Amino acid sequence: MTTTTSTPAWVEERRAKAKARFAQTGFPTTRQEEWRFTNVAPIADSNFPLAHGAPQHAASLVNSVAVPGSVRLAIINGQFAAGLSDLSALPKGIRIASLRDGARDATDGIEQHLGRVFSIDTHPFAALNTSFLDDGVAIMVTRGAVVETPIHIVVVTSGDGKGVVAHPRTLVIAGANSQVRIAQTFIGAPGDVYFNNAVAEVVVEEGAIVDFSTDQRESDKAFHVFNLQVHVEAKGVFASHAFSTGSRIMRHDIGIGLKGEGADCTINGVYLADGDRLMDTHTSLDHATAHCTSHEIYKGILAGKAKAVFNGRIIVRIDAQKTDAKQTNRALLLSDDCTINSNPQLEIFADDVKCTHGAAVGQLDEEAMFYLQARGLNRTEARDLLLHAFAGEVLDGLKIPELREQISATLFSALERDVRASTALSPGGL
Amino acid sequence: MLDVKNLKVRVEDKEILRGITLSVKAGEVHAIMGPNGSGKSTFARALAGHPGYEVTEGSVTYKGQDLLEMDPDERAREGVFMAFQYPVEIPGVNNAYFLKAALNAKRKHQGLEELDAMDFMALVKEKAKILDIDEKMLLRSVNEGFSGGEKKRNEIFHMAVLEPALAVLDETDSGLDIDALRIVSQGVNAMRSPDRAFIVVTHYQRLLNYIVPDYVHVLSDGCLVRSGGRELALELEEKGYGWLEAAPRLGSGQAVVGARK
Repeated sequence: MTTTTSTPAWVEERRAKAKARFAQTGFPTTRQEEWRFTNVAPIADSNFPLAHGAPQHAASLVNSVAVPGSVRLAIINGQFAAGLSDLSALPKGIRIASLRDGARDATDGIEQHLGRVFSIDTHPFAALNTSFLDDGVAIMVTRGAVVETPIHIVVVTSGDGKGVVAHPRTLVIAGANSQVRIAQTFIGAPGDVYFNNAVAEVVVEEGAIVDFSTDQRESDKAFHVFNLQVHVEAKGVFASHAFSTGSRIMRHDIGIGLKGEGADCTINGVYLADGDRLMDTHTSLDHATAHCTSHEIYKGILAGKAKAVFNGRIIVRIDAQKTDAKQTNRALLLSDDCTINSNPQLEIFADDVKCTHGAAVGQLDEEAMFYLQARGLNRTEARDLLLHAFAGEVLDGLKIPELREQISATLFSALERDVRASTALSPGGL
Repeated sequence: MLDVKNLKVRVEDKEILRGITLSVKAGEVHAIMGPNGSGKSTFARALAGHPGYEVTEGSVTYKGQDLLEMDPDERAREGVFMAFQYPVEIPGVNNAYFLKAALNAKRKHQGLEELDAMDFMALVKEKAKILDIDEKMLLRSVNEGFSGGEKKRNEIFHMAVLEPALAVLDETDSGLDIDALRIVSQGVNAMRSPDRAFIVVTHYQRLLNYIVPDYVHVLSDGCLVRSGGRELALELEEKGYGWLEAAPRLGSGQAVVGARK
């Protein structure tokens, strides 16, 4: 395990700084604008001890989400687990290291980028993660390398029935003109109570293309906080697709800085919330330079007494002329008791830009329902078809076919669970 | 096949149909004509079971069953089909996938084996040919981005695949150019058979040159005011609907001329 003597000074320094910062701010409260609708008191009050070692079912959990043909990196309770990883398909042009080893090597830009892609000052949970900075995975793609093999990071958190907290960490550095597809699956033993506080940082260098998918299927009783922070240099292309069906309280902060001209990014997501889940997605897009494009579609399906928050911030800085930004947020409310707070937040300082945003919250289209029924589908079949179509728009954008199938199946089995629950809650509804 | 007695239908507190009586036998084609706002589409939608159309009085018996007791999907599975006046666009739902689900829902209901993807595609390709449907239309989302003519052709295509016993065509001719009208009519005519009935709702007699009806009924202000043979449509073409306003109405419950019992 960790031997403090071998930890590089710069890691110690960043850890200490983050620790001091978190000590100062503590957990956010609903009095803060960014956390208005998301009460994290249950997380703050949980006081879980830091997870250690591998839980009982780690191997079967990892296998349950395996993507055939991919390079698999397992992070178990925050630690890189070589034994559950599979690097046999590792192609040329890519280097993978546990963060602990990589940090000691001090090569490949880990020191340059780790904890530097964003400011911990505005992200208390990321500060908390950084204050425990110890292990995780680093993925370095060589300049010009086109990596065909998908990289799949499986993050397992479990205290074998006891509440634990883990702070998994991922760093991706895609060298200039390289291409890579990365997926991250968050999973825990069903019914387990834990707090997974993950951070991923991605650096997309000039002309690189990075596709990053997230499948959040944590235990129904887990707390899940994930910060995905990205820098995209000139002509770089970054896409994030996030699918969320698990956890009791979820908070995603996805921040993308378009730092060089001609950069392009996509931030898409689907979340499915039922029961008394709270799912909060905050996205922040920083158009810092000219001629950048961004596309964002978030779709939510809410049932039961679920709550969802969507906050989509787009900043277009004064020099970011010819920006083209498009944001869409849609939510379907399947019961009378669920709520969503949807807030597009555009801050535009340049004058020659194209920014559009649209938010739509509603029920299923009754005319479409009637049309499908009039052709012979019963109400449940018609509703399922419409919900699948609703989520499908985002799902179709997933670049790893095996993962798409896996997520699609999970999403739709969760959908059935949700719809059943909501139908039970609102008799005759829908 | 279909017996409509004194049907009264209300839409949002407004009575639109004020007592329709009509009898349709297997093998027959009935045209329902009438000016705008006379209740033609309301009649079609009420038969299909649209939840926004409230039946306040009367009865509809279909193949000996109480049609009004059935949900829209039950009606469809029992063989009632309505071609929509305004087919609904459903983004993200593949046209062929939907049609397969619809056909299999019906087959299951009839106790038939569900078609697999290969058998279904073979069937669909055959039907698509008759209606001059581009196979690309099958792969697109239902009606999304279809032109007006494509939407109507797609409706008839659905009908051809689902092979209903009773088909109600709600202003299928509106928005069709002459070529499309011909193709759609050919599709309908190819399906005419002794055990299938059609109710063709239209504003214009033009369609009836192609789909020749056995009976023509004229709807005005929620009541059937005239019934007759094909010649009635030609008379309407010549005189317009104006002359009907002055004509006496057929009261509710009164037997309708031409609808033989």
